[in-house]
Amino acid sequence: MIARILATAITEAHIARRNRWVLIAVVLMVVFSLVLSAVGSAPSGGLGADPLSITVASLTSLSVYLVPLVALLMSFDAVAGEVERGTLPLLLTYPVARWEILAGKLVAHTGILVIALVAGYGAAALIAVVGDPAAAAGVGALWRLTWTSALLGATFLGIGYALSSLARRTSGAAGLAIGLWLGLVVLYDLALLAAVVADDGGIFTTQFFPTALLANPADAFRLFNLTASQATSAASGIGAAATSIALWQSLVSVLCWPLVALGLATLAFRKVQP
Amino acid sequence: MTSTLTISHLTKSFGGVKALSDVSLHVAAGERVALLGHNGAGKSTLMKVILGLIAADSGEISVCGAAPGGAAARAKVAYLPENATFHSALTGLEQITYYLRLRGENTSGAMALLDKVGLGHAAKRRIGTYSKGMRQRVGLAQTLIGRPDFLVLDEPTSGLDPVSRRDFYALLDRLAAEGAAILLSSHALTEVEARTDRLLILSGGQMVATGSLPDLRREAALPVAMHITTRKGYDADILAALPNAIRVGGALHLTCSQEDKLGTLAQISGLKNKVADIDVIPPSLEDIYSHFSRRDGQ
Repeated sequence: MIARILATAITEAHIARRNRWVLIAVVLMVVFSLVLSAVGSAPSGGLGADPLSITVASLTSLSVYLVPLVALLMSFDAVAGEVERGTLPLLLTYPVARWEILAGKLVAHTGILVIALVAGYGAAALIAVVGDPAAAAGVGALWRLTWTSALLGATFLGIGYALSSLARRTSGAAGLAIGLWLGLVVLYDLALLAAVVADDGGIFTTQFFPTALLANPADAFRLFNLTASQATSAASGIGAAATSIALWQSLVSVLCWPLVALGLATLAFRKVQP
Repeated sequence: MTSTLTISHLTKSFGGVKALSDVSLHVAAGERVALLGHNGAGKSTLMKVILGLIAADSGEISVCGAAPGGAAARAKVAYLPENATFHSALTGLEQITYYLRLRGENTSGAMALLDKVGLGHAAKRRIGTYSKGMRQRVGLAQTLIGRPDFLVLDEPTSGLDPVSRRDFYALLDRLAAEGAAILLSSHALTEVEARTDRLLILSGGQMVATGSLPDLRREAALPVAMHITTRKGYDADILAALPNAIRVGGALHLTCSQEDKLGTLAQISGLKNKVADIDVIPPSLEDIYSHFSRRDGQ
């Protein structure tokens, strides 16, 4: 089982390297992290936190958009591409389970994401530490951001595979992926905010709002990192809501989503008839 | 002989259209069987059902003693799809290495496999740069992994030049001699007749004929054609003696059934001082194939 998953992972890594995905992901993460740390290093004064923790809070807001986007871009082609190229029927006659194929792709794509995250966050951290040695106190927050970003990426990779299986054509899968990204990462929060404002402290705000935040992997990721760093004051938007949700709840959501996404992807992939 | 593939009363339809109806067949270990039929006859569908890629509506199928598409069957069956395609960013070597890993085989054999199909020189080039024939040979190489018990080959020689075709059939002969069962599809009867033990003809989703070529030739009982060149001026005499004959160009054409062949020949040899030459033309392989595949009002 492990050997078959690794076989697919190695092959996918070859493909991603040739298609320049490794390079694209790394460059994207590094450029955005550097820009952010250059812009975001100004307001650290009155908060009493070390510069690295402030950078991490900024990076959290960046990653919540960028990591799902990169993950979806890498994954939308995973099944639909095999269907369109005509490579799927042969692959499925091999003694390999469908979930093993997806798990192999997940390992390779998550690996690439981790490389990009380490490069991007590392560059931002280096700048923070060079600027002020006291920043080293924020290494814990940076480490937390790195592994949660990897899990967030894995979640959206899994969701991307599911969309790719449902669409069966790469063009359709790309559309679905972009739509989902807009929906979960951008519109979801806007809709929640609008609802909270309209509700004005009523039953929605107290009962449904925390659950709605935890149900969205991107929001859970942001909540967990901000709550754990106690840097909520450095971030705008959902900051206030974060205080009402316990840390373990957002942690469970962050940990469970990758498995749920892989499960959904496997279910969708099973329905694909070559 | 043990049966590697047994199918009984298989039926499969797509949205009300019957792709396969009541198909029964078997392939024994060491046997080479050709599956013939024109485009849309159901060859590829039948193969996909055998591989477990699509489920049958009804009927029973046993592949190497297991259910089609199950882990046990997949470990023993090799498949070559029609127009084999691979990811264009991978090299031939990487692709074959991947397939070796999936079958749990030692990856050091990848180069030997590519050499076997004549791709050793291109092993480290991307498949995107390969010609159609080269891609087909990558497909062939992957069917040879791990000594499969059963090979399912969908139009294996399409895109191959005549020399590669001969090499390919030589390879199949060796595999069959070692006990592998082989089911291959083709639309050219002329190509497979000398290379397979048995023929199956599929038409409109139905198995319309099965047997060796001599069996099919007998069963088809197609008429024999004779072309008679007459000596100058005797046309009318011969036409009078052989009322079935018709004049085509400078010769007389005549057809008769297999049973009447010798009688007709005797009759013609009785006219020998009026006949300059005679050609006896047996039904061609393509005639036999058309006879079966057009039956049932096709």
